[in-house]
Amino acid sequence: MKKFIEGSYAVAEAVKLCRPGVVSAYPITPQTHIVEGLAQFVADGELKAEFVNVESEHSAASAVLGAVATGVRAFTSSSSQGLLLMTEVIFNIAGMRLPLVLACANRAVSAPINIWNDQQDVMTIRDSGWILLFAENIQEVIDLHIQAYRISEDHSIMLPVMVNLDGYILTHGLEVADMPSQEQVDKFLPPYKPLYKLDTSDPMTLGCLAMPEHYMEARVAIQKTQEAALDFIPKVAGEFKKVFGRESGGLVEAYKIEDAKQVIVAMGSIVGTIKETVDELRAQGKKVGVLKLITYRPFPKQAILNALKNVPEIAVVDKSISLGSNSPLYTDLTSAFIGQDKVSKISGFVLGLGGRDITKDSIKQVFDKLSGKQVDCEFIDVKKELLEEEYAGN
Amino acid sequence: MPETKILYNPGHTACGGCGQAIAARLVIEAAGENTIIVNNTGCLEVFTTKYPESAWGVPFIHSLFENAGAVASGVESALKFLGKKEGTNVIAQAGDGGTADIGLQALSGMWERGHDILSVCYDNEAYMNTGIQRSGLTPFDSNTTTSPTGKESFGNPKMKKPVPEIARAHGIPYVATASVAFVRDLQNKVKKAISIKGPKYIQIHVPCPLGWRHEGAQTVTVARAAIETGLYPIFEYVNGELAGVQKIKPKPVEEYLKLQGRFKHLLKAPEQIKKIQEIADNNIKKYGLKLEA
Ligand SMILES: Cc1ncc(C[n+]2csc(CCOP(=O)(O)OP(=O)(O)O)c2C)c(N)n1
Ligand SMILES: [Mg+2]
Repeated sequence: MKKFIEGSYAVAEAVKLCRPGVVSAYPITPQTHIVEGLAQFVADGELKAEFVNVESEHSAASAVLGAVATGVRAFTSSSSQGLLLMTEVIFNIAGMRLPLVLACANRAVSAPINIWNDQQDVMTIRDSGWILLFAENIQEVIDLHIQAYRISEDHSIMLPVMVNLDGYILTHGLEVADMPSQEQVDKFLPPYKPLYKLDTSDPMTLGCLAMPEHYMEARVAIQKTQEAALDFIPKVAGEFKKVFGRESGGLVEAYKIEDAKQVIVAMGSIVGTIKETVDELRAQGKKVGVLKLITYRPFPKQAILNALKNVPEIAVVDKSISLGSNSPLYTDLTSAFIGQDKVSKISGFVLGLGGRDITKDSIKQVFDKLSGKQVDCEFIDVKKELLEEEYAGN
Repeated sequence: MPETKILYNPGHTACGGCGQAIAARLVIEAAGENTIIVNNTGCLEVFTTKYPESAWGVPFIHSLFENAGAVASGVESALKFLGKKEGTNVIAQAGDGGTADIGLQALSGMWERGHDILSVCYDNEAYMNTGIQRSGLTPFDSNTTTSPTGKESFGNPKMKKPVPEIARAHGIPYVATASVAFVRDLQNKVKKAISIKGPKYIQIHVPCPLGWRHEGAQTVTVARAAIETGLYPIFEYVNGELAGVQKIKPKPVEEYLKLQGRFKHLLKAPEQIKKIQEIADNNIKKYGLKLEA
């Protein structure tokens, strides 16, 4: 059913349709509406679940870990400092091969404290073994949550999935989106069938100590599963289309890149702005396009190479940075091209940190600069005069 | 019904005379097979779950050092959702460090939310798994690797954190201390605790021969001396009221201190012994431990 809905409530409704038995979360802006929505569903009896009001994000992640380990589908959500506080548990959940879905309302990381959007938070856990999906708009927010449970709980995967949605832009934005029916979701997403669980009728030990003779294989197994997920994620998107009738999910989405001379690679809501800019520039005769990553982990190297093989100039835009090096997606992308016969010119750009506005003009600057000298890490829309103030040495 | 399932197998890798290894077996045998254990990181988890083996005959999960309270809350909530909470006990257990220090926040949340979970603290009075560093439950003047004795130090300068009092302040229905030296009392307390709905806390004194520096065969003797001197009061609070104590004919604290290398430096420091005697005297008064003739 089509509705005009805020992104956060769209997450809450989509998650409700997935029938989790335990929800646990701790409030942090801009994630709050998501869990408030779920709390209300539980209070109204619309969602039969245990809502555990914990005292921190560390405990929220731990509580859902315990719930999934007991064989019950669970959900949590966080952002920024909250995700960072969860970090230890985030790695643990993946290592224990427990399927879970977490919505991350992407937000800048302190200091300075800032509640607005960028994607630095998720980048701190990109090496954790979680499958990381990024939504461009509210429809995708809904669809990716439903697909996330299917991916995560499949016995060939058994890894947690994080659905990233840009703070405020998607969490507080309103759009018309199709909210699937319970019937459709039930058809697509069967009840959770645990491979292993805490059960007094069949006791097992979870979370063993692994000595050097066993540890490495446990980690390699996650890597192998991440690779397998590159095939499985598009399969789930295919099945999704059969039930819901729309293309959604998968690894990447190419927009006007067949004949493009310049392509921007990006993730999340920024892709919407880039698409609009691409349309404007194309109207002026410029051959430009955008490649959207829906799946960031596993990194869809082959899908990216296939999509970009004939593109001479590639710009990677990140809303995060590995301070002291380059931005994460740029680093991933450039390494994907190593060993290829034909290597395009690839430049890296960082923009929109801490909610700095990203306009069509910002995107045009990226295309302009891409024609110039190759750059690794160029900041867009930075105020030079403020930089001079910041550095005492200047 | 099968006669006796083994809930805690021998062949784990604990040191000889490890008080915690004995107490953990007593706890699970008292709680019975319909129990799920959530265990913080620490010696117990390490010596019972070295892959591919496990000593546990009940469902057991270890996640991290400080989150047993929260993981157990999730386990209990999931059991409720499944309609399986009735008849299943959940135990969240940890060492003194995992309880009194790094895990206290998660425990406090668990107690405050009222989950039907028994938390057990195996109090060996230091971070043993990492090599005898002081914790909030390390006793006064104990020589540990991070509260060493020296020209200007008699060891740990702080008193034991009153974790049972902290638990009680949460308004939980059952709080008790126990000792590996009193098997029946310990097991009765576990049985009583799990018969009560809501959050429960039992803190068990468990000597660590390596960390306390005594012979492995002396574990029970040392644990008993802690009680008999009044340094480890054994009590029980039901619904906030003191419901029972282990009465003693108090012995001087030296009887306890002299058994252990961690207090050896005190035997030539009568001023310090006096301070420790005061701690014991206060316990005796506060809990009414003295057996009247
Ligand atoms: C977050 C974190 N900090 C530190 C450690 C290291 N560590 C593991 S066990 C342990 C000590 C455990 O002490 P205690 O809880 O008293 O249990 P014991 O080993 O003495 O039985 C420490 C410090 C860790 N695993 N995780
Ligand atoms: Mg200890």
